[in-house]
Amino acid sequence: MTLAQSRSYRVIGTRPVRHDGVDKVTGRAQYGADVRLPGMLYGCVVRSPYPHARLRAIDTSRAAAHPGVKAVITGADMPAIDTNAVADLGEGAIELKFASLLIMARDKVVFRGQPVAAVAAVSPQAAAEAARLVEVDYEPLPVVTDALAAMEPGSPRVHDDLYTVVPGGSRRDSPSNIALHVQYERGDVEAGFAGADVVVEREFRTAMVHQGYIEPQNATAAWEPGGRLTVWTSTQGAFSVRQQLSDLLQIPVGRIKVVPMEIGGGFGGKIQVYLEPLAALLSRKAGRPVKMWMSRAEVFTATGPGPATYIRLKMGVTRTGDLTAAAMRLVYDAGAFPGSPVGSACITGLSPYRIPHFRIDGFDVVTNKPRVQAYRAPGAPPAAFAVETVLDELAEAIGMDPIELRLRNAAAEGDRMTNGVAFNRIGFKEVLVAAKNHPHYRAPLPPGATGRGVAAGFWMNGRGTSTVHLTFNPDGTVNLIEGSTDIGGSRASLAMIVAEELGLDAHDVKPVVADTDSVGHTDVTGGSRVTYSTGVACHRAALDAIAQLKPRAAQLLDANPGDVEFGGGEFWVSSEPRRRIGIKEVIAKLGKTGGPIVARGVSRGLAMAPGFGVHIADVRVDPETGKVDVVRYTAVQDAGKAIHPTYVEGQLQGGAAQGVGLALFEEYVFEDGILRNPSFLDYRMPTALDLPMIDTVIVEVPASDGPYGVRGVGEVPIVPPAAAIANAIYRAAGVRLRQLPMTPENVWRALAGRDAALPSTPKAAPDAAMAATKERRAEPPGTSG
Amino acid sequence: MSRKVAVEAVINGAPQAFVCEPRQTLLEVLREGLGLTGTKEGCGNGNCGACCVLLDGRPVPSCLVLAVEAAGRDILTVEGLAEGELHPLQQAFLEHGALQCGICTPGFLIAAKALLDKNPQPAEQEARAWLAGNLCRCTGYDKIIRAVLDAAGRLRSVDPNPKEEAHPA
Amino acid sequence: MDPFDYAAPSSLDEAIRLLAEADGAARPLAGGTDLIPQLSEGRRRARLVVDVKNIPELRQLRFHPAEGLTIGAAVTCAELAESPVVRQLYPAVADACSLIGSVLIQHRASLGGNLANAAPSADGVPPLIVHRAAVRIAGPDGVREMPVEDVCVGPGMTALAPGELIVAFRISPPPEATSSCYVRFTPRQEMDIAVAGAAAAVTVDPSTGLCRTAVIALSAVAPTPVRAPEAEAYLAGKPLTDPHLEAAARLAVRSAQPISDVRASADYRRHLVTVVTRRALLGARNRLAADGRHGTSPGAAGPKEGLSGVAEGGR
Ligand SMILES: Cc1cc2nc3c(=O)[nH]c(=O)nc-3n(C[C@H](O)[C@H](O)[C@H](O)COP(=O)(O)OP(=O)(O)OC[C@H]3O[C@@H](n4cnc5c(N)ncnc54)[C@H](O)[C@@H]3O)c2cc1C
Ligand code: FES
Ligand code: FES
Repeated sequence: MTLAQSRSYRVIGTRPVRHDGVDKVTGRAQYGADVRLPGMLYGCVVRSPYPHARLRAIDTSRAAAHPGVKAVITGADMPAIDTNAVADLGEGAIELKFASLLIMARDKVVFRGQPVAAVAAVSPQAAAEAARLVEVDYEPLPVVTDALAAMEPGSPRVHDDLYTVVPGGSRRDSPSNIALHVQYERGDVEAGFAGADVVVEREFRTAMVHQGYIEPQNATAAWEPGGRLTVWTSTQGAFSVRQQLSDLLQIPVGRIKVVPMEIGGGFGGKIQVYLEPLAALLSRKAGRPVKMWMSRAEVFTATGPGPATYIRLKMGVTRTGDLTAAAMRLVYDAGAFPGSPVGSACITGLSPYRIPHFRIDGFDVVTNKPRVQAYRAPGAPPAAFAVETVLDELAEAIGMDPIELRLRNAAAEGDRMTNGVAFNRIGFKEVLVAAKNHPHYRAPLPPGATGRGVAAGFWMNGRGTSTVHLTFNPDGTVNLIEGSTDIGGSRASLAMIVAEELGLDAHDVKPVVADTDSVGHTDVTGGSRVTYSTGVACHRAALDAIAQLKPRAAQLLDANPGDVEFGGGEFWVSSEPRRRIGIKEVIAKLGKTGGPIVARGVSRGLAMAPGFGVHIADVRVDPETGKVDVVRYTAVQDAGKAIHPTYVEGQLQGGAAQGVGLALFEEYVFEDGILRNPSFLDYRMPTALDLPMIDTVIVEVPASDGPYGVRGVGEVPIVPPAAAIANAIYRAAGVRLRQLPMTPENVWRALAGRDAALPSTPKAAPDAAMAATKERRAEPPGTSG
Repeated sequence: MSRKVAVEAVINGAPQAFVCEPRQTLLEVLREGLGLTGTKEGCGNGNCGACCVLLDGRPVPSCLVLAVEAAGRDILTVEGLAEGELHPLQQAFLEHGALQCGICTPGFLIAAKALLDKNPQPAEQEARAWLAGNLCRCTGYDKIIRAVLDAAGRLRSVDPNPKEEAHPA
Repeated sequence: MDPFDYAAPSSLDEAIRLLAEADGAARPLAGGTDLIPQLSEGRRRARLVVDVKNIPELRQLRFHPAEGLTIGAAVTCAELAESPVVRQLYPAVADACSLIGSVLIQHRASLGGNLANAAPSADGVPPLIVHRAAVRIAGPDGVREMPVEDVCVGPGMTALAPGELIVAFRISPPPEATSSCYVRFTPRQEMDIAVAGAAAAVTVDPSTGLCRTAVIALSAVAPTPVRAPEAEAYLAGKPLTDPHLEAAARLAVRSAQPISDVRASADYRRHLVTVVTRRALLGARNRLAADGRHGTSPGAAGPKEGLSGVAEGGR
């Protein structure tokens, strides 16, 4: 049931200071790397300098003899995994045997930076010195780093035992670097194109990009003599870490406790374990706690970025603006082990539009590069880059406003996604209309800007399972015990939901992110699921609390429980509304009315709550250098219901900023399988100087399920920026960029070959709204401002 | 090979003595040695600003300072920013929601304090330029910049004559 | 990081003695923004690190109307960027100092370290070259002086002998009607390494307005910072009009020998040489004009002008 429009709220929609805020601005908050335990050792990983090599021998004797060293481990210390079981990470999945190799190589290394050994010593210095004393005999093997090259029959094989899974689920019988071929088809594609007036076919490439969280991976493990393992770590999902540890180390989950520390960003990259199992094994061997953290170079070379992609897309439209057909081929580079998000790309790219005929072929391909992991809306940004720039070309070809074209074809409730699943209530059209009516879209270009572009983005949004408990304090306050690690202010939103239902102030509810021993199962913080799914659990827990408090209130009111009602933070006797008592008093007197209570809420199997966004970008292109500056930016998105608008805006702004990063700056640069730019200086994430203020518009179209109609908001905003900016560059400079990132050099090259890059389709009279963006401002070259 | 060295410095207003190896960075000693874990490590090579501290009033990346260099100097970390009550920057960060994960926050607060000590009335672009060495991956900087500008206003209304810094030459 | 010992001598003699005794295994430490990452990543080794920041000669920043400017090798970029004299009389130096790394880096980094590190992309060196700075070097055999221009001999290589220490830079007072500008191109606005950079200093004849001398030095487009003599010669005696600046900028390319690397291709760098050289010349000329007309400090538009020559404001 949706209560959304029928209620006004006291707490929801307000902007209280977040509960963990003071700790975080005073330096008191404990992040993973801040853990200190008595007798703690420091761990260091020995990593392969080769992207592909056979491991002939490892000699750890000199390392073990180094002063201060307490333990050395190699692949021999990792339990062998001989099943084909798959570890579901909550966002993405990986076959267990591959996960085990990703943690520590056995017979061969398949990417540079793969661990081959690890050391624990009394200081970080001693551990690093000892790591350099581990002697490894490598036999280098031929390397393949480009996914298209890896698909060629003669290319070096990353794994000898990988067989393509083809549509239908069967496996090919000769080994290949193609792990998976997925296919979605509807209608008659050829007939669809035949019915189009304009058909455009384009190729796109996007670079491997990193989540770029500022806090490097870390883990501290204490393996107690009795066989109990405690791990403190920065993770998006403590329960996922516990399961992965259990699978990889083959110990029962009941013997493992995972304590989620504050987490310094994740964006999908902090679900897969890397250091946790190594710290655990080192601790077991040394008999002391072991803390490990990665250097920034290790984060870049050896954790899981987002995939490099190659996409070929053909779309057709009628003169009146109806999309008729699409054919899309997506090749996603998974890195060293299968599991790129090509599957979700096959859904997210085209599902926002009603297209009667389509065929989509997606390929998951392995190469000698770091194994990719989830990164904010996994798989969606490259697919949207392709779809949204082709739509822009089609709109131009038929002389239609680009938002109008999208509106005309936008999916609505009941339309089926490419995978056949029908949308429930979605707000795509509302978001498009809001963007179209936004002053930004109609305004003349601001000083300095030379082009404006728009693009849309879509993400299914996660659901999953969450558990919360409520306990009650004698001062009338409530403890909210939950398992969703808080990356962006979710404690506040969840506490607000409980406070809303109980009629309390946000700060009367104290949220606690609990360890795996102290709260029921909760899936990862990822896929934009926390406010939705954990929010539903909070709502249910609050209702449970009211149900349990009612009899106590009845006692205090000297009434029959059946005659007591609740609302606005008060219980009253229905027949005598003036006989009432505040919830705080009822909570405070629990001790006198029968003792403590515990309320609980579990969410599971919720309906999907998809999210849509539309972004408007104004850019300036320096015609001499090709440098693109974003001058004005607006992000419009459907949040269902914004619980804490500040943090919704923050998600939109942060996601847009990451999208600008992958649009203009960010890329992994490889040479023979060696990453050449593993630092924040050379992997260029936007700084405060590279971005304007980012305006946000929150649209509220309630989701079909859950209280308030909340939708997750974290993933969507990274999806539209690349195409919005590419479309703006086109209007500023007349060139279409189809490769990410659109670095100054790439734009300069496109400008140099401008004629070749112009669209083949005829140009039509531009719509009024876009006409503003056509008017190019000639900048006097070079003078300073 | 290398001798350990005894160092005396003033950290967050209090004299502090510690022993370290010359190769240890100030960041490492603050965090692992002195338990001042509010200062964060994001890169260890000067590229992110998470480790920013004030060294004799100047904002520096503590990962590029040797702990021995701190001898006789004055260091301010995020733990020393609040004096009894929150610093106006801390208050503004809370009210504007200028943090999401919060790992960059200590570095931004310290770097921003240095800015406002020097220039109590920064324009938006000045604030952006000053803070360009502090990376934030969560917020897109919008709310951080707003918080810094807002805090500048609050500080001005508290102290109409902020102290001038002496510059050489 | 391998272990090392640390010394912070308070006199030049002591520093020279410590460096000499270590027999090549000692390294001077100024801001550490190059040295500390190099040591921690194992790209450089040292048995002894000699902190030079307590040596008065390396910390001086003095201007004398007759002798000119003396910049101690360990003076930080932030100090230089804030210095009214530097901003007014040697604006290209202030430009570079306010865009090296970030504000945090600038509060550590020194020009001595920038020069001694000898990166082809070093931003601090071309401005010193165009102001014809000399560097005073002290070593076991005494003190010598040489033009900054002659110090870098290859990527990471200098004409310094083992045990020698850069003490200070000396720059004569600029001739009347002189200004300068440093412009670099980077994909990000800051926190980035120059893809190509150019410093230009121009002196005009106040009576005719014609260019007396132009000095141009380029960064990141050759193994060392390089002068652009053909461009300089072209401008001598000409009015500093846009077409002449453009022509000179085109000639500057002849002095570049760029390589392709992770930051850019050689082609693109060659193209950028023209752009940054023209913008640096324009910046210097415009400062001169502003100076002449309003008598305000040419540096007043400030270091950001150099930066914004590449990426104009508007935000
Ligand atoms: C994040 C980041 C960004 C950067 N961005 C830029 C940039 O934009 N532009 C740029 O040019 N550089 C940049 N650098 C490099 C560096 O900051 C500069 O080269 C800086 O000027 C070096 O000065 P320092 O005082 O820190 O030198 P140190 O690191 O202290 O020393 C550098 C080298 O010089 C030697 N040395 C130091 N002082 C002397 C002396 N007096 N005599 C002889 N030898 C000496 C040292 O032994 C060492 O080999 C950046 C560095 C970082 C970490
Ligand atoms: S940790 Fe020091 S700047 Fe990143
Ligand atoms: S709040 Fe997460 S990096 Fe800034």
